Amino acid sequence: MPVREASGLKIWQRRTQRESLSHWALWLVGIAVFAYCWQQISAATTWFFVWDAPRIADDIWTRATPPKWEYITQLGKPIWDTLNIATMGTMIALVFAVPVAFLAARNTTPSRFFIRPIALLIIVSTRSINSLIWALLLIAIIGPGVFAGVIAIAIRSIGFCAKLLYEAIEEIDQTQVEAITATGASRWQVMAYGIVPQILPAFAGIAVFRWDINIRESTVLGLVGAGGIGLQLSSSLNVLAWPQVSLILLVILAAVVISEWVSAKVRGAII
Amino acid sequence: MLRLDRLVKTYKTGDQALKAVELEVPEGQVLALIGPSGAGKSTLIRCINRLVEPTSGKVYLGDTELTGLSSGSLRKERRRMGMIFQEYALVERLSVMENVLSGRLGYVGFWRSFLRRYPQSDVDEAFRLLDRVGLAHMADKRADELSGGQRQRVGICRALIQDPALLLVDEPTASLDPKTSRQIMRLICELCKERELAAIINIHDVALAQMFVQRVVGLRLGAMVYDGPPDGLSPDKLTEIYGEEDWEATIEKVDDEELETEAAE
Amino acid sequence: MSDVSELIGKPWRKPPFIQRRWLRWLLLAGFIAYLIAAFMTIEVNWSRVYEGLERGKKFVLAFTSPDFTSRSSDIYEGMMESIIMTVASSVVGIAISIPIALGAARNVAPLPVYLICRGIIAISRALQEIIVAILLVAIFGFGPLAGFLTLSFATIGFLSKLLAEDIESMDKVQAEAIKASGARWSQWINYGVQPQFMPRLIGLSMYRLDINFRESAILGLVGAGGIGATLNTAFDRYEYDTAAAILLIIIVIVMALEYLSSVIRARVQ
Repeated sequence: MPVREASGLKIWQRRTQRESLSHWALWLVGIAVFAYCWQQISAATTWFFVWDAPRIADDIWTRATPPKWEYITQLGKPIWDTLNIATMGTMIALVFAVPVAFLAARNTTPSRFFIRPIALLIIVSTRSINSLIWALLLIAIIGPGVFAGVIAIAIRSIGFCAKLLYEAIEEIDQTQVEAITATGASRWQVMAYGIVPQILPAFAGIAVFRWDINIRESTVLGLVGAGGIGLQLSSSLNVLAWPQVSLILLVILAAVVISEWVSAKVRGAII
Repeated sequence: MLRLDRLVKTYKTGDQALKAVELEVPEGQVLALIGPSGAGKSTLIRCINRLVEPTSGKVYLGDTELTGLSSGSLRKERRRMGMIFQEYALVERLSVMENVLSGRLGYVGFWRSFLRRYPQSDVDEAFRLLDRVGLAHMADKRADELSGGQRQRVGICRALIQDPALLLVDEPTASLDPKTSRQIMRLICELCKERELAAIINIHDVALAQMFVQRVVGLRLGAMVYDGPPDGLSPDKLTEIYGEEDWEATIEKVDDEELETEAAE
Repeated sequence: MSDVSELIGKPWRKPPFIQRRWLRWLLLAGFIAYLIAAFMTIEVNWSRVYEGLERGKKFVLAFTSPDFTSRSSDIYEGMMESIIMTVASSVVGIAISIPIALGAARNVAPLPVYLICRGIIAISRALQEIIVAILLVAIFGFGPLAGFLTLSFATIGFLSKLLAEDIESMDKVQAEAIKASGARWSQWINYGVQPQFMPRLIGLSMYRLDINFRESAILGLVGAGGIGATLNTAFDRYEYDTAAAILLIIIVIVMALEYLSSVIRARVQ
């Protein structure tokens, strides 16, 4: 316990002198870094616009209300596309994520030093990059449309699902696997009887969780041209049709809330 | 029927779990393997069906040498060795019936097992076994709904449906209360007698071992220090196996308890 | 034991997951019908895809020879802006989300405060980063300020929710012991509550820093600053080697952040 002697009195302190020095130094560095960041941001900002912001916000608000309700008739197809992008993307991702997860988990990978790093690389590279960037890339390659959106969502989700799934595989009870092995079961039978039942709840949870996130992400994919309701949002923004924008935002909000509710219900039923 | 020839297991850490163990088990003999924890009991059992790969030495089951078999032929031989585990090791999210039938995995093909289309004879046998251990009405329950004793019974069924010649039993009673422990031990020994199975039972409870088996093998630090009938376990011998302790009480108690249970039934 | 003779000879089937037969078939049929309908609506222009494969190959090959140099100043500026936005928004977001998390924990805050804080969290979570960015760009003009505000706002929803859940599930006894010593509210929070959620706060903050960086990479698409604008230009000009370079930098930074956060989490827990 750090105790300092001062004029014959023992004074208890929380930290030793060196600890508290480094503590303060850390704080100082942190504050300096933040100050630098803030200064950079402010240098790149046109403050005139910022002071004008309340007026502009007010202006946008008056233009955007009330929403143009009759526009909703044109939103049916984009919503349907958005749902499909999310669902199909999730399903395709799961098809790829399962084998990748088995190759990446320490206890199921066929080779620790060769295949596992490759699987981990697939996981980290697909999940570090946002689905909007994948969409940009795919549009450049295969052209705009729903298809590019599906693939973009699928690629982004592979890493996410595979990561959660391989962590679940690494946490399974090994004695159950041992027991199945001891019966003389083949490698695939051990997988089907010893491992799969143990990770099935986790798998279902991950699938629904990712589907929920994908609904959110697919609502904005249209901004770069990959189909769904974002396409309408983008074109409305381009012509400054604020009443349409506000309606689309409301619809997106509703979709997000509903999908979160569905996902919470389904996960509750599984676990 | 089972013969171990200078079986050695050295772990990567350098610990020598088994030091040239020599053991022969004739057909139909139930043998208890006793010793303190860390003596290598579990390792010995797992080296027989090669869940743990022995470092050197040989294991013979009948005329087949298990060590050195390819993985395909090893699977065939594993069918002849049923294994019962300490923590039951049932697949908890599968039903009781599926757990029992999983004992037949070595006999049926992948797709058949995957679609749960087992031959009718296997299903019949599973029901007979479940009935024998008193759990036929639980067949469609999930394994994690069962109590400890019930789970171990299912574990026994899973081992027996393999139609084995040898049972490898790893601490069957370690997670059970005293009464259930005895029931389970009695069940295992009865079933071995009915089906003329040989069995190696790992057990740390000396008194329980003495009650049920014909032969006791004592293991200390990976080496065999006793091999003989249960009543040959003198305090000196137990001291050699487990270390210094007052053993008179343990041995006395066995007789008393045995009388009590006998009287109770 | 009489019933077992009845069971012998009868086939055994695994009891189905859904007991009611009609419901089982209805769900299956509905699912298949949906899949078919969904497939039908996805129009794939296969000749376009076929053409695209050539470009796809070029892009994959670009990863073997990424071009860091020819647009190095653009990349450097964009990356710096992304990092600056990430750091600043994480600091501000975390600072704001701590009081909101306390307010959103039912066992710490009174009901009116609780409702207000939960409302803030719900709004922040329901709105997509990119949509918030669009609105803020419209209001504040182009530049990193809009991005910074977007990320701070998103951080609040994420962090406050998880932190509030953690506070709600904390060990009551420890907190009560501090209260019993006669501590006032602020002391109670400082001694009884704060030590319990600190490890989780640090872990979540690191995780959010990671997310903020990844998000900052796309905010540039709508003009809210960061590397996204540079990336978008690279794609538009089909400069795949530059795009590959940017993506590689993003991946490396994300990996580094993940490694850092695992080290820090291991130390605080």
